[in-house]
Amino acid sequence: MAWFEKSAEAPARVPTEAIWVVCPGCKAYIAKEAWRAADKVCPRCNHHDRLACRERVALLTDAGSFKELNAEVSFNDPLKFTDSSGAYADKAKANIAKAGVGESVLTGTAAIDKIPVVLAVMDFKFLGGSLGSGTGERILLAAEKAIALKRPLIIVSASGGARMHEGIVSLMQMAKTCAAIARVKEAGLPYLSILTDPTTGGVSASYAMVGDLNISEPKALIGFAGRRVIEQTIKQKLPDDFQTAEYTLAHGFLDHIVPRKEMKAFLAKVLRYAGF
Amino acid sequence: MAKNTQEKLSPWDIVQIARHAERPNIADYLRLLCDDFVELHGDRLFGDDRGMIGGFATIGGEKVVLIGHRKGRGVEENIEANFGMASPEGYRKAMRLMRLAEKYSLPVVTFVDTPGAYPGSEAEARGQAEAIAHNLEFMSTLKTPIVVVVTGEGGSGGALGIAVGDRILMLQNAVYSVISPEGCASILWRDGTKAALAAETLKITADSLKGLGIIDEIVPEPAGGAHADVTAAVAAVKKAVLANLAVLKKIPLDKLVEQRYAKFSAMGRF
Ligand SMILES: [Zn+2]
Repeated sequence: MAWFEKSAEAPARVPTEAIWVVCPGCKAYIAKEAWRAADKVCPRCNHHDRLACRERVALLTDAGSFKELNAEVSFNDPLKFTDSSGAYADKAKANIAKAGVGESVLTGTAAIDKIPVVLAVMDFKFLGGSLGSGTGERILLAAEKAIALKRPLIIVSASGGARMHEGIVSLMQMAKTCAAIARVKEAGLPYLSILTDPTTGGVSASYAMVGDLNISEPKALIGFAGRRVIEQTIKQKLPDDFQTAEYTLAHGFLDHIVPRKEMKAFLAKVLRYAGF
Repeated sequence: MAKNTQEKLSPWDIVQIARHAERPNIADYLRLLCDDFVELHGDRLFGDDRGMIGGFATIGGEKVVLIGHRKGRGVEENIEANFGMASPEGYRKAMRLMRLAEKYSLPVVTFVDTPGAYPGSEAEARGQAEAIAHNLEFMSTLKTPIVVVVTGEGGSGGALGIAVGDRILMLQNAVYSVISPEGCASILWRDGTKAALAAETLKITADSLKGLGIIDEIVPEPAGGAHADVTAAVAAVKKAVLANLAVLKKIPLDKLVEQRYAKFSAMGRF
């Protein structure tokens, strides 16, 4: 055990949030500085924790190369949706402030090891990374930008699925984004999909699953239906490894599982094979 | 009279009609709407999903490829059809038949009636998400006209997996939704008994969807719902399908595909 770790047992002193992070994977107390230095990957159990979209951009792109596109495209509230916890519009606005991004995906142009790309990165902190009309529009515009600039398109997904608050309009974003992806492919441009923890529901059943390459991180949750729904349907308990990246790869739906610190180099290598 | 009865129905009432055990199902449409049907089986990869039916069909003299979810009538049929919940094999069979339609220059007509794609462990293992995603991508570029008819329950991604088209028709008492009212109620209201409220809030009826610009046309139903007069209900669907096919067949294929892209691109742009 390295100096920056403490045992999984309760530490002698009460840890403060300022110094320690509790790993969601193994519950060990990890020094915050070490946690950050490892890009939120647990040095003890290799748990790849969720990243904010800008953290992911910093990790994957050349310093200073990212330029955001379509920041003005944001959520819509076509149903004027309100549930028991309040109005969707209020929640969405609060999420913009909380996540520091105008929708559940951040899009822009960037360079990966000097290769110019168009990049879209989802943020699970924004309403669970749900696919709303603003998300769909940003992804479509990113795909169209990739075609216009003749650049590869890379989408990093992190989402629980379609955004219920936008009803049928959110469902249609699955068709809309896939139509845009089809055009990127018709233009002969690479489309790389990175499915991070979690990628489920309407996002796994649309753009996330149709990459030229589908790539993931260790132990990421990937699936269509939720575990609880499936367990209720089949009246059986599912094994722990069900719907992990490793399970998805073994069943033939992922090309590669790449540790976080190697992801940028992996993408650059693939793009060079693709002629960039 | 019929109109007045209709106006009093709540979205939750309409959900009950859409799910009615006697509502016309794919077997009724094949029997009453088609002059001829040659069923084509299998996805060529794993199996033949009985929750999704497809083949060559002739409708009022028009040759098409017809694909639809299958709900059974009675327990035995429903178990075979998995209550209209298709597996990855169903979506892959649908895609195979749509490729054939493109090759043979036949329009595609799809009938949507499913609670949702099957949420089972085998379906996950064989790539339910990939199967649906691939269809969405593929249907957006298919070089033949596609007419979609939502006949009963349009259940989320499982419905959309065969519902990307040039014209989206919906029966008057059909519903189409991102999630079931029960599912939405239990997640967002944390109370499954709020399904009626969720049904209203989600705006899942044909009228609402027409208002939102998601569907193109509402097919009227007989008073009391399609099950009250199956022959008349099917006749209205036949008339609407043929009218739309006639219009679409005149559009050059490149322009048709361009229009389809524009149609879906505009969804959610306000
Ligand atoms: Zn850990």
